[in-house]
Amino acid sequence: MKEKKVGIRGYAGYVPRYRIKPEEIGAVWGKDGKMMGAALGVKSKSVPSPDEDVVTISTEAARWAMIRAGLTGDNIGAIYVGSESHPYAVKPTSTMVGAAIGATPDMTAADYEFACKAGTAAFQTCMGLVGSGMIENGLAIGSDTSQGAPGDALEYSASAGGAAFIIGSDDLLAEILYTTSITTDTPDFWRREGQAYPSHGGRFTGQPAYFKHIMGCTGKMLDELDMEPSDFQHAVFHQPNGKFPMKAAKKLGFTKEQISTGLLVTRIGNTYSGAVPLGLAAVLDVAEPGDDILVTSYGSGAGSDGFYIKATDGITQVRESGVPTIEEVIKDVKYLSYAQYAKFRGKIKRGG
Amino acid sequence: MSIPRFWREIRQRYKGIGTECGVCNRVYFPPREVCPDCGRDSLGDMKEREISGKGKVLTFTEVHEPMPDFEILSPYIMAIVEMDEGVRMTGQLVGVEFDEVKNGMEVEAVLRKLGEESPSGIIYYGYKFRPCR
Ligand SMILES: [Zn+2]
Repeated sequence: MKEKKVGIRGYAGYVPRYRIKPEEIGAVWGKDGKMMGAALGVKSKSVPSPDEDVVTISTEAARWAMIRAGLTGDNIGAIYVGSESHPYAVKPTSTMVGAAIGATPDMTAADYEFACKAGTAAFQTCMGLVGSGMIENGLAIGSDTSQGAPGDALEYSASAGGAAFIIGSDDLLAEILYTTSITTDTPDFWRREGQAYPSHGGRFTGQPAYFKHIMGCTGKMLDELDMEPSDFQHAVFHQPNGKFPMKAAKKLGFTKEQISTGLLVTRIGNTYSGAVPLGLAAVLDVAEPGDDILVTSYGSGAGSDGFYIKATDGITQVRESGVPTIEEVIKDVKYLSYAQYAKFRGKIKRGG
Repeated sequence: MSIPRFWREIRQRYKGIGTECGVCNRVYFPPREVCPDCGRDSLGDMKEREISGKGKVLTFTEVHEPMPDFEILSPYIMAIVEMDEGVRMTGQLVGVEFDEVKNGMEVEAVLRKLGEESPSGIIYYGYKFRPCR
């Protein structure tokens, strides 16, 4: 599949500290938010502060990932940021992240969009560039500050967060042994240019979209690797809500224990492009050397990327870098009222 | 702020690039061409120096009459921070409530949105401070 060994040298995740609970959202729309949250498997979702966006979230994660890897900006040859909420329609997030970590100008960069799997698309690109020897290290980031239209079901889950991974060949803390994808033309979720909020196909987002691709890609990867679900200590599946990944895991033959570490959606909501990268980061925080990790992302539109990752002996050394774990990041919580949330997300504007 | 001015200051704003006097080793932020202590001796001897981003709160206050671009954050906390390099920087404190802030609190610089030219204009990013984790 590739020329050189490829894997993860450093990683970190960032999630804004603000949270809102489904019951708080439901109360505004005359709905039973608590029941809505229970149906989605979401107890609270993260909300970015008005001064946070995909550039700042990506930069926080990238800076910590660099500290963990012991690298500086001039060691980074490429930056790819996957998101569906880049602050500019035209002007790359990756250039600003590159400047903030001191990686510019000797690097290549681009922004990716593929609904929730843009972050894993960045992984695969960096793997290709590192594996072929074109660059020594690349930075792959998945990050989002997603919004649901006020009152829409998405409003209960669409949240903010991101994670950054330094993909390289040396001093690996986890090796990426395999990747495979499936891609189809499926109109399950979209946002037209200039529209503030996305649209979705309601129930259509389930079986023909999420499940078909997650199960298809994971099944294909297991076949190609000739491995069983029980061969893995951890599995991370895309998590638009708490229910879908549980159901997909069960159908595929993975246990609750295998997916629990990487299942953050119940506490922080759906971080879109950040979801699988954050879940993987949470797994790497606790993985033991030799642990086998399966990762399958999903992006509407639609497609899935699967990865087989194996933790190396280096995994325990990076824990002394002082960089906060995902658990440490997400336990710093400040709850918002709907009014504060609406102000933060620009749903109400100040006069004068 | 003009686009060229913002662009020129990007490294200073995103990465905290200051200067260090080659004679007395004092660090300055924003960058200076001449060291006020060493005067002419420092001419041509001022080196670029990246501020670590770590420091301690010297003094702080809660702002209720916000500056333009900061209205949505009001009330917010502004602090003067003594960086590990000895230089003082002023910035907003984020990720903490006013009653939790103490003088001497250890903070680190983080990148945040400081404002925008207009809804269709460029976005200004720069540093704010947050308690160390
Ligand atoms: Zn001097």
